[in-house]
Amino acid sequence: MKTTVNHRSLGGIMRPYRVANVLRENETTHTLLFDGRLPEAQPGQFVMAWLPEIGEKPFSIHANIPLALTICDVGPVSNAMVNLQVHDRLWLRGPLGNGFELKGSKHLLVGGGYGAAPLSFLAEEALRQEGEVVACLGAKTKADLILVDRLTSLGCELRVATEDGSEGSQGLVTEVAQEAIDAFQPDCLYACGPTGMLLALADFCQQRGLPAQLSFEALMRCGVGLCGSCELPEELCQRLGLPGGWLVCHDGPVAMIG
Amino acid sequence: MEASLAADFLGIQMKNPLVVASGILGTSASVMERCAREGAGAVTSKSAGPEPRTGHANPVTLAWNGGVINAIGLTNPGCREEVPLLRETHRRLRALGLPLFASLFAPSVEAFGEVARVIAEAEPDLIEVNISCPNVGSEFGTPFSATAKSAAEVTAVVRKAVKLPISIKLAPNVPEIGRIAQAVVSEGADAVTAINTVPAMLIDAYAGKPVLKNANGGLSGAAIKPVALKAVWEIAQMVSVPIIGTGGISCGLDAAEMIMAGATLVGVGSAVALEGPAVFSRINRELEAFMTQEGYPDLASMRGKALPQK
Repeated sequence: MKTTVNHRSLGGIMRPYRVANVLRENETTHTLLFDGRLPEAQPGQFVMAWLPEIGEKPFSIHANIPLALTICDVGPVSNAMVNLQVHDRLWLRGPLGNGFELKGSKHLLVGGGYGAAPLSFLAEEALRQEGEVVACLGAKTKADLILVDRLTSLGCELRVATEDGSEGSQGLVTEVAQEAIDAFQPDCLYACGPTGMLLALADFCQQRGLPAQLSFEALMRCGVGLCGSCELPEELCQRLGLPGGWLVCHDGPVAMIG
Repeated sequence: MEASLAADFLGIQMKNPLVVASGILGTSASVMERCAREGAGAVTSKSAGPEPRTGHANPVTLAWNGGVINAIGLTNPGCREEVPLLRETHRRLRALGLPLFASLFAPSVEAFGEVARVIAEAEPDLIEVNISCPNVGSEFGTPFSATAKSAAEVTAVVRKAVKLPISIKLAPNVPEIGRIAQAVVSEGADAVTAINTVPAMLIDAYAGKPVLKNANGGLSGAAIKPVALKAVWEIAQMVSVPIIGTGGISCGLDAAEMIMAGATLVGVGSAVALEGPAVFSRINRELEAFMTQEGYPDLASMRGKALPQK
């Protein structure tokens, strides 16, 4: 197991963008489309988004041509961002961190809850390279799912799980993903979502000898590897075979496993 | 013959002169161990104070064109929680042959003594006394580094509180940093660290607002290297204790220049943002290549070369 450092960027100063369109994903989650793009963004990288006098938060990149961010309302800062209207401004620095690297031609994408946000960018890139994409999405209920239509319209084969069974099979997305591994025999698994989901997938992939690329979420402050806030706990590093002191913003957010 | 990077700092033998500056990745044993494995010669922990602090809200850091600006706001778990963290870090660094420098701050002269006593329980190789954080003025008032008198008062209290070697970290934005260095050395400082970040601010023209949530912060990185060199050059002419020269060091030549200004050790901070902790091994390689090429057998032969000849 190893980590790679690619697509390094300091993100530079804040750049203002204007909202060009707002897509409603569900009750609490909107995708904002902007009037421009980031320089050389890769799927899985992130930006720090700032609203003056309100705050700054990290978001994965939903798409880059044009730039889009999927924002879920989980606190005061994201609440202000999710309610932005067309023509409003949002300031971004990025792209930051290391994203996904497509391996082979058969790609299995797994997203949990709003963690699925970076997967449509990855799916788009994989399909552009004429790869085959199966995507597994999971959420608590049908109302919490995001990106179902987007991934379907891109041409991905979709498998859905909800904990209450209101859409797709009843259960966890990890169960659907395990079935997909057996049926689809992918070259690599790419996942984004809650830590518990990522660890379950890591265990499963390690047993099968399947390479996995897992995107972690963390409390992020500086975003450029200085402050130490986003260090992955040491016991998680050990379990995943990552070196100690692994920083989600600098070494990740995507960890290469296997 | 290849040049030697070995450094002797207050009798502590180090593999090389590079120190992880305080406030940079000094938050856990695992991340400090990583800096050690990636080539640092010593590691400074993030400043700990009397009580836990969450620090300022985001944005706290920006990689500005000429460097980095930050107002993290002294995030720390409080000195009592810090002690086990320092003990574990010290254990790991010792196994790798590296010393641990423990940074601390406090809101009052008396509190510096109390925090130093607590931190000393972890027996770090050096206590670095941060009297110069520029980001907490609204809470703590003028930094103690502002005058020779207040800097000396803090030094005297810490000196009385602990037997361990102490270094006082000075601010650059003073009229005569050499006099302040003299004052802290006369009160028993074993070393001086210079400089802390330079008080600064970024305003976004489109927003019409300061970018940092705290409005002002500390500037570091390439922009402040000349400021740091001048400070160290002045201090080296006023005191004979070793200096940890810090500010804008990002390559081997920068480190050589800092040593030529009179520094014994060289702090590295913002450069970590560009390439991660791997920056330490690169700077060491470049410094060694420069010294070999220019015929400096060791750090001592280069130290103070840029100072006026007496």
